[in-house]
Amino acid sequence: MGERQITLEVMRYRPETDTEPVFQTYAVPCQEEWVVLDALNYVKDNLDRSLSFRWSCHMAVCGSCAMVVNGTPMLSCKAFLRDLPDTIQVEPLRNFPIERDLVVVLDDFMEKLRSVKPYIVPKEAPATPDGTFRQSTKQLKMFKPFAMCINCLACYSVCPQYGLNEGFAGPAALALAHRYNADSRDVGRKAREDVVASNVGIWECTFVGACSEVCPKDVDPAAAIQQTKIASTVDYFTDLILPGRKVKGGPGKAAGGKA
Amino acid sequence: MSNRPYVRPMAPSWYMQEGRYVRYMVREVTCLFIALHALVLIVGAFRLSQGPEAFNGYLQALWGPAGILLGLVLLVTTVIHSCTWFNLTPKAMPLWIGDKKAPGWIVVAAHYGGWAVVSLVILVLVGSL
Repeated sequence: MGERQITLEVMRYRPETDTEPVFQTYAVPCQEEWVVLDALNYVKDNLDRSLSFRWSCHMAVCGSCAMVVNGTPMLSCKAFLRDLPDTIQVEPLRNFPIERDLVVVLDDFMEKLRSVKPYIVPKEAPATPDGTFRQSTKQLKMFKPFAMCINCLACYSVCPQYGLNEGFAGPAALALAHRYNADSRDVGRKAREDVVASNVGIWECTFVGACSEVCPKDVDPAAAIQQTKIASTVDYFTDLILPGRKVKGGPGKAAGGKA
Repeated sequence: MSNRPYVRPMAPSWYMQEGRYVRYMVREVTCLFIALHALVLIVGAFRLSQGPEAFNGYLQALWGPAGILLGLVLLVTTVIHSCTWFNLTPKAMPLWIGDKKAPGWIVVAAHYGGWAVVSLVILVLVGSL
Protein backbone atom coordinates (compact mmCIF):
# COMPACT_ATOMS: atom_id res chain seq x y z
CA MET A 1 0.00 0.00 0.00
CA GLY A 2 1.53 3.33 -1.08
CA GLU A 3 1.51 6.50 0.99
CA ARG A 4 -0.12 9.62 -0.37
CA GLN A 5 0.12 13.16 0.89
CA ILE A 6 -3.16 15.01 1.09
CA THR A 7 -4.08 18.49 2.24
CA LEU A 8 -6.98 18.49 4.62
CA GLU A 9 -8.76 21.83 5.00
CA VAL A 10 -10.92 21.53 8.07
CA MET A 11 -13.45 24.09 9.21
CA ARG A 12 -12.70 25.03 12.81
CA TYR A 13 -14.91 26.79 15.27
CA ARG A 14 -13.76 27.18 18.85
CA PRO A 15 -16.52 29.10 20.63
CA GLU A 16 -14.18 30.34 23.35
CA THR A 17 -11.88 32.13 20.87
CA ASP A 18 -13.41 32.24 17.37
CA THR A 19 -16.05 34.75 16.33
CA GLU A 20 -16.77 32.71 13.21
CA PRO A 21 -15.54 29.46 11.63
CA VAL A 22 -12.18 29.44 9.87
CA PHE A 23 -10.45 26.81 7.79
CA GLN A 24 -7.30 25.19 9.13
CA THR A 25 -4.99 23.23 6.86
CA TYR A 26 -3.25 19.98 7.74
CA ALA A 27 -0.81 17.96 5.67
CA VAL A 28 -1.73 14.32 6.17
CA PRO A 29 0.25 11.28 4.96
CA CYS A 30 -2.43 8.74 4.01
CA GLN A 31 -2.71 5.11 3.09
CA GLU A 32 -4.53 4.23 -0.11
CA GLU A 33 -7.39 2.49 1.66
CA TRP A 34 -8.10 5.33 4.10
CA VAL A 35 -11.33 7.23 4.35
CA VAL A 36 -11.73 10.88 5.36
CA LEU A 37 -12.45 9.79 8.94
CA ASP A 38 -9.04 8.06 9.07
CA ALA A 39 -7.37 11.28 7.93
CA LEU A 40 -9.23 13.23 10.65
CA ASN A 41 -8.18 10.68 13.24
CA TYR A 42 -4.59 11.03 12.05
CA VAL A 43 -4.83 14.77 12.65
CA LYS A 44 -6.38 14.20 16.07
CA ASP A 45 -3.75 11.62 17.08
CA ASN A 46 -0.64 13.25 15.61
CA LEU A 47 -1.12 16.89 14.67
CA ASP A 48 -3.84 18.63 16.64
CA ARG A 49 -5.59 17.10 19.60
CA SER A 50 -8.00 20.00 19.87
CA LEU A 51 -9.87 19.04 16.68
CA SER A 52 -13.42 17.89 17.50
CA PHE A 53 -15.62 15.59 15.44
CA ARG A 54 -18.12 12.83 16.07
CA TRP A 55 -17.65 9.23 15.07
CA SER A 56 -18.35 5.81 16.43
CA CYS A 57 -18.67 2.68 14.31
CA HIS A 58 -16.41 3.41 11.31
CA MET A 59 -18.64 1.16 9.19
CA ALA A 60 -21.51 3.34 7.90
CA VAL A 61 -23.96 2.08 10.50
CA CYS A 62 -24.08 4.57 13.37
CA GLY A 63 -24.56 7.76 11.33
CA SER A 64 -22.38 9.84 13.68
CA CYS A 65 -19.63 10.93 11.30
CA ALA A 66 -21.62 12.70 8.56
CA MET A 67 -19.95 15.91 7.42
CA VAL A 68 -19.62 17.98 4.30
CA VAL A 69 -16.70 16.75 2.19
CA ASN A 70 -15.79 18.92 -0.80
CA GLY A 71 -19.26 20.46 -0.74
CA THR A 72 -21.32 17.28 -0.41
CA PRO A 73 -22.59 15.81 2.85
CA MET A 74 -21.51 12.22 3.35
CA LEU A 75 -20.42 9.74 5.97
CA SER A 76 -16.73 10.44 6.46
CA CYS A 77 -16.20 6.73 7.19
CA LYS A 78 -17.49 5.92 3.71
CA ALA A 79 -15.66 8.71 1.86
CA PHE A 80 -12.62 6.93 0.41
CA LEU A 81 -9.60 9.12 -0.23
CA ARG A 82 -8.91 7.25 -3.47
CA ASP A 83 -12.12 8.81 -4.83
CA LEU A 84 -11.15 12.34 -3.76
CA PRO A 85 -8.58 14.89 -4.97
CA ASP A 86 -5.39 15.71 -3.08
CA THR A 87 -6.99 18.71 -1.39
CA ILE A 88 -10.05 17.84 0.66
CA GLN A 89 -12.23 20.39 2.36
CA VAL A 90 -14.22 19.22 5.36
CA GLU A 91 -17.03 21.20 6.97
CA PRO A 92 -19.68 20.42 9.56
CA LEU A 93 -23.17 19.59 8.28
CA ARG A 94 -24.89 22.68 6.94
CA ASN A 95 -28.19 24.01 8.26
CA PHE A 96 -27.28 23.11 11.85
CA PRO A 97 -25.67 25.36 14.47
CA ILE A 98 -22.00 24.49 14.96
CA GLU A 99 -21.21 23.36 18.47
CA ARG A 100 -17.46 23.09 17.90
CA ASP A 101 -15.36 22.36 14.80
CA LEU A 102 -17.17 19.56 12.96
CA VAL A 103 -19.69 18.91 15.72
CA VAL A 104 -23.18 20.29 15.16
CA VAL A 105 -26.10 20.82 17.54
CA LEU A 106 -28.71 18.10 16.98
CA ASP A 107 -31.36 19.22 19.49
CA ASP A 108 -33.73 20.54 16.81
CA PHE A 109 -33.71 17.29 14.88
CA MET A 110 -34.17 15.17 18.02
CA GLU A 111 -37.23 17.20 18.92
CA LYS A 112 -38.68 16.88 15.42
CA LEU A 113 -37.97 13.17 15.29
CA ARG A 114 -39.82 12.72 18.58
CA SER A 115 -42.77 14.74 17.25
CA VAL A 116 -43.54 12.27 14.43
CA LYS A 117 -43.81 9.29 16.80
CA PRO A 118 -41.10 7.17 15.15
CA TYR A 119 -42.23 3.87 16.58
CA ILE A 120 -44.96 1.31 15.92
CA VAL A 121 -48.29 2.26 17.42
CA PRO A 122 -49.95 -1.17 17.58
CA LYS A 123 -53.68 -1.66 17.35
CA GLU A 124 -53.73 -4.94 19.17
CA ALA A 125 -51.47 -7.56 20.71
CA PRO A 126 -49.63 -9.86 18.28
CA ALA A 127 -51.83 -12.65 16.99
CA THR A 128 -49.20 -15.36 17.03
CA PRO A 129 -48.40 -17.45 20.14
CA ASP A 130 -44.75 -16.37 20.15
CA GLY A 131 -45.74 -12.72 20.39
CA THR A 132 -44.79 -11.67 16.89
CA PHE A 133 -46.82 -10.08 14.12
CA ARG A 134 -47.25 -11.82 10.80
CA GLN A 135 -46.27 -9.83 7.75
CA SER A 136 -46.28 -10.71 4.09
CA THR A 137 -43.28 -10.12 1.85
CA LYS A 138 -45.04 -7.19 0.23
CA GLN A 139 -45.99 -5.66 3.59
CA LEU A 140 -42.32 -5.81 4.58
CA LYS A 141 -41.15 -4.32 1.30
CA MET A 142 -43.58 -1.43 1.66
CA PHE A 143 -41.66 0.09 4.55
CA LYS A 144 -38.23 -1.55 4.61
CA PRO A 145 -36.38 0.92 2.36
CA PHE A 146 -37.50 3.76 4.62
CA ALA A 147 -36.37 1.85 7.71
CA MET A 148 -32.73 2.04 6.65
CA CYS A 149 -32.28 5.60 7.97
CA ILE A 150 -29.39 5.95 10.41
CA ASN A 151 -30.14 9.57 11.32
CA CYS A 152 -26.85 10.81 9.88
CA LEU A 153 -28.67 14.02 8.79
CA ALA A 154 -26.87 14.38 5.47
CA CYS A 155 -30.36 15.00 4.04
CA TYR A 156 -30.93 18.01 6.32
CA SER A 157 -27.59 19.45 5.27
CA VAL A 158 -28.66 19.69 1.61
CA CYS A 159 -32.33 20.54 2.16
CA PRO A 160 -32.84 24.24 1.35
CA GLN A 161 -36.33 24.14 2.85
CA TYR A 162 -34.88 23.10 6.20
CA GLY A 163 -32.28 25.84 5.91
CA LEU A 164 -34.88 28.48 5.04
CA ASN A 165 -37.65 27.39 7.40
CA GLU A 166 -36.43 26.19 10.74
CA GLY A 167 -39.87 24.86 11.63
CA PHE A 168 -39.79 22.28 8.83
CA ALA A 169 -39.73 18.74 10.23
CA GLY A 170 -37.26 17.77 7.50
CA PRO A 171 -36.50 14.75 5.32
CA ALA A 172 -35.38 12.10 7.81
CA ALA A 173 -38.17 12.71 10.34
CA LEU A 174 -40.82 12.65 7.60
CA ALA A 175 -39.29 9.57 5.96
CA LEU A 176 -39.41 7.79 9.30
CA ALA A 177 -43.02 8.88 9.81
CA HIS A 178 -43.78 7.32 6.41
CA ARG A 179 -41.84 4.20 7.37
CA TYR A 180 -44.19 3.62 10.32
CA ASN A 181 -47.32 4.73 8.44
CA ALA A 182 -46.49 2.15 5.77
CA ASP A 183 -46.04 -0.64 8.30
CA SER A 184 -48.98 -3.08 8.42
CA ARG A 185 -48.57 -3.42 12.21
CA ASP A 186 -48.99 0.29 12.81
CA VAL A 187 -52.15 2.35 13.34
CA GLY A 188 -50.47 5.62 14.29
CA ARG A 189 -50.97 7.52 11.04
CA LYS A 190 -53.79 9.65 12.40
CA ALA A 191 -51.74 10.58 15.45
CA ARG A 192 -48.76 11.54 13.28
CA GLU A 193 -50.76 13.74 10.94
CA ASP A 194 -50.87 16.63 13.40
CA VAL A 195 -47.22 17.19 12.53
CA VAL A 196 -46.73 15.29 9.28
CA ALA A 197 -49.64 16.90 7.40
CA SER A 198 -49.20 20.33 8.92
CA ASN A 199 -47.48 23.42 7.53
CA VAL A 200 -44.20 22.25 9.08
CA GLY A 201 -44.55 18.79 7.59
CA ILE A 202 -44.88 17.40 4.10
CA TRP A 203 -46.39 20.53 2.58
CA GLU A 204 -43.26 22.52 3.34
CA CYS A 205 -41.30 20.19 1.06
CA THR A 206 -40.97 21.49 -2.51
CA PHE A 207 -39.41 18.29 -3.85
CA VAL A 208 -35.90 19.57 -4.41
CA GLY A 209 -34.89 15.91 -4.14
CA ALA A 210 -31.36 16.61 -2.90
CA CYS A 211 -32.06 14.58 0.27
CA SER A 212 -32.43 11.38 -1.74
CA GLU A 213 -29.35 12.13 -3.84
CA VAL A 214 -27.02 12.32 -0.82
CA CYS A 215 -28.56 9.65 1.42
CA PRO A 216 -25.80 7.11 2.16
CA LYS A 217 -28.37 4.38 2.86
CA ASP A 218 -30.58 4.98 -0.23
CA VAL A 219 -33.58 5.77 1.93
CA ASP A 220 -35.17 8.18 -0.59
CA PRO A 221 -36.84 10.66 1.79
CA ALA A 222 -38.16 12.66 -1.19
CA ALA A 223 -40.19 9.63 -2.30
CA ALA A 224 -41.49 9.08 1.24
CA ILE A 225 -42.66 12.70 1.47
CA GLN A 226 -44.36 12.74 -1.94
CA GLN A 227 -46.17 9.47 -1.18
CA THR A 228 -47.32 10.91 2.14
CA LYS A 229 -48.60 14.00 0.30
CA ILE A 230 -50.72 11.82 -1.95
CA ALA A 231 -52.08 9.75 0.96
CA SER A 232 -52.86 12.91 2.89
CA THR A 233 -54.61 14.50 -0.08
CA VAL A 234 -56.69 11.38 -0.68
CA ASP A 235 -57.63 11.44 3.03
CA TYR A 236 -58.69 15.07 2.77
CA PHE A 237 -60.98 14.58 -0.22
CA THR A 238 -62.35 11.29 1.09
CA ASP A 239 -63.32 13.13 4.25
CA LEU A 240 -65.10 15.76 2.20
CA ILE A 241 -67.11 13.08 0.42
CA LEU A 242 -67.59 10.77 3.40
CA PRO A 243 -67.60 12.96 6.53
CA GLY A 244 -67.31 11.08 9.80
CA ARG A 245 -65.88 7.91 8.23
CA LYS A 246 -63.86 5.59 10.43
CA VAL A 247 -60.12 5.79 9.82
CA LYS A 248 -57.41 3.32 10.61
CA GLY A 249 -55.74 4.44 13.77
CA GLY A 250 -58.37 6.50 15.45
CA PRO A 251 -61.99 7.48 15.79
CA GLY A 252 -63.58 10.30 13.85
CA LYS A 253 -62.23 12.36 11.03
CA ALA A 254 -58.86 11.89 9.42
CA ALA A 255 -56.75 15.02 9.62
CA GLY A 256 -55.20 14.49 6.22
CA GLY A 257 -54.46 17.47 4.02
CA LYS A 258 -54.50 20.01 6.83
CA ALA A 259 -52.06 22.39 5.23
CA MET B 1 -24.86 22.62 23.83
CA SER B 2 -22.09 25.20 24.06
CA ASN B 3 -22.88 28.73 25.13
CA ARG B 4 -22.09 30.08 21.67
CA PRO B 5 -23.18 27.76 18.87
CA TYR B 6 -22.43 29.34 15.51
CA VAL B 7 -25.28 29.53 13.02
CA ARG B 8 -24.03 29.73 9.45
CA PRO B 9 -26.32 31.97 7.43
CA MET B 10 -27.76 30.62 4.22
CA ALA B 11 -26.59 32.66 1.22
CA PRO B 12 -29.43 34.44 -0.62
CA SER B 13 -28.01 32.93 -3.83
CA TRP B 14 -28.08 29.37 -2.45
CA TYR B 15 -29.92 28.13 -5.53
CA MET B 16 -26.99 29.08 -7.74
CA GLN B 17 -24.36 27.33 -5.67
CA GLU B 18 -24.90 23.69 -6.64
CA GLY B 19 -25.94 22.00 -9.85
CA ARG B 20 -28.77 20.13 -8.11
CA TYR B 21 -30.29 23.39 -6.89
CA VAL B 22 -29.97 25.00 -10.31
CA ARG B 23 -31.75 22.01 -11.89
CA TYR B 24 -34.49 22.28 -9.25
CA MET B 25 -34.94 26.00 -9.92
CA VAL B 26 -35.10 25.42 -13.68
CA ARG B 27 -37.87 22.86 -13.11
CA GLU B 28 -39.75 25.28 -10.88
CA VAL B 29 -39.21 28.49 -12.85
CA THR B 30 -40.36 26.91 -16.12
CA CYS B 31 -43.85 26.69 -14.59
CA LEU B 32 -44.11 30.44 -15.28
CA PHE B 33 -43.70 29.70 -18.98
CA ILE B 34 -46.45 27.08 -18.73
CA ALA B 35 -48.69 29.85 -17.38
CA LEU B 36 -47.57 32.15 -20.21
CA HIS B 37 -48.33 29.40 -22.72
CA ALA B 38 -51.82 29.03 -21.27
CA LEU B 39 -52.26 32.82 -21.45
CA VAL B 40 -51.31 32.84 -25.15
CA LEU B 41 -53.95 30.17 -25.82
CA ILE B 42 -56.58 32.04 -23.76
CA VAL B 43 -55.86 35.21 -25.74
CA GLY B 44 -56.32 33.14 -28.92
CA ALA B 45 -59.72 31.90 -27.73
CA PHE B 46 -60.70 35.47 -26.83
CA ARG B 47 -59.63 36.79 -30.24
CA LEU B 48 -61.57 33.95 -31.90
CA SER B 49 -64.69 35.10 -30.06
CA GLN B 50 -64.21 38.54 -31.63
CA GLY B 51 -64.49 37.22 -35.16
CA PRO B 52 -62.35 36.02 -38.09
CA GLU B 53 -60.49 39.30 -38.52
CA ALA B 54 -59.37 39.44 -34.91
CA PHE B 55 -58.34 35.79 -34.97
CA ASN B 56 -56.35 36.23 -38.19
CA GLY B 57 -54.51 39.11 -36.55
CA TYR B 58 -53.69 36.84 -33.61
CA LEU B 59 -52.39 34.16 -35.99
CA GLN B 60 -50.32 36.70 -37.91
CA ALA B 61 -48.76 37.90 -34.67
CA LEU B 62 -47.85 34.31 -33.77
CA TRP B 63 -46.20 33.84 -37.18
CA GLY B 64 -44.20 37.06 -36.90
CA PRO B 65 -40.55 36.98 -35.74
CA ALA B 66 -41.45 37.77 -32.11
CA GLY B 67 -44.25 35.20 -32.17
CA ILE B 68 -41.95 32.48 -33.51
CA LEU B 69 -39.30 33.32 -30.92
CA LEU B 70 -41.93 33.20 -28.17
CA GLY B 71 -43.21 29.88 -29.51
CA LEU B 72 -39.71 28.37 -29.47
CA VAL B 73 -39.08 29.57 -25.91
CA LEU B 74 -42.43 28.19 -24.80
CA LEU B 75 -41.79 24.87 -26.53
CA VAL B 76 -38.37 24.40 -24.92
CA THR B 77 -39.50 25.43 -21.43
CA THR B 78 -42.67 23.34 -21.63
CA VAL B 79 -40.67 20.28 -22.63
CA ILE B 80 -38.17 20.88 -19.81
CA HIS B 81 -40.95 21.35 -17.26
CA SER B 82 -42.92 18.32 -18.41
CA CYS B 83 -39.95 15.97 -18.72
CA THR B 84 -38.43 16.89 -15.36
CA TRP B 85 -41.76 16.22 -13.64
CA PHE B 86 -42.42 13.01 -15.59
CA ASN B 87 -39.01 11.74 -14.53
CA LEU B 88 -39.90 12.28 -10.87
CA THR B 89 -43.22 10.44 -10.98
CA PRO B 90 -41.90 7.04 -9.80
CA LYS B 91 -41.03 8.62 -6.46
CA ALA B 92 -44.57 9.83 -5.88
CA MET B 93 -46.37 6.91 -7.50
CA PRO B 94 -44.51 3.64 -6.99
CA LEU B 95 -46.07 0.81 -8.99
CA TRP B 96 -46.45 -2.59 -7.36
CA ILE B 97 -46.93 -5.68 -9.46
CA GLY B 98 -47.79 -8.48 -7.06
CA ASP B 99 -45.12 -8.57 -4.35
CA LYS B 100 -42.60 -6.66 -6.42
CA LYS B 101 -42.05 -2.98 -6.93
CA ALA B 102 -41.94 -2.34 -10.66
CA PRO B 103 -38.95 -0.46 -12.10
CA GLY B 104 -39.46 3.30 -12.12
CA TRP B 105 -39.06 3.56 -15.88
CA ILE B 106 -42.44 1.87 -16.37
CA VAL B 107 -44.19 4.72 -14.53
CA VAL B 108 -42.18 7.31 -16.47
CA ALA B 109 -42.88 5.56 -19.79
CA ALA B 110 -46.61 5.47 -18.98
CA HIS B 111 -46.57 9.25 -18.62
CA TYR B 112 -44.74 9.76 -21.90
CA GLY B 113 -47.16 7.30 -23.52
CA GLY B 114 -50.15 9.20 -22.13
CA TRP B 115 -48.63 12.45 -23.39
CA ALA B 116 -48.21 10.96 -26.88
CA VAL B 117 -51.79 9.62 -26.94
CA VAL B 118 -53.30 12.96 -25.81
CA SER B 119 -51.18 14.83 -28.38
CA LEU B 120 -52.30 12.43 -31.11
CA VAL B 121 -55.98 12.81 -30.19
CA ILE B 122 -55.67 16.61 -30.23
CA LEU B 123 -53.90 16.57 -33.60
CA VAL B 124 -56.66 14.35 -35.03
CA LEU B 125 -59.37 16.59 -33.53
CA VAL B 126 -57.90 19.75 -35.04
CA GLY B 127 -57.49 17.99 -38.38
CA SER B 128 -53.70 18.14 -38.63
CA LEU B 129 -53.51 14.36 -39.12
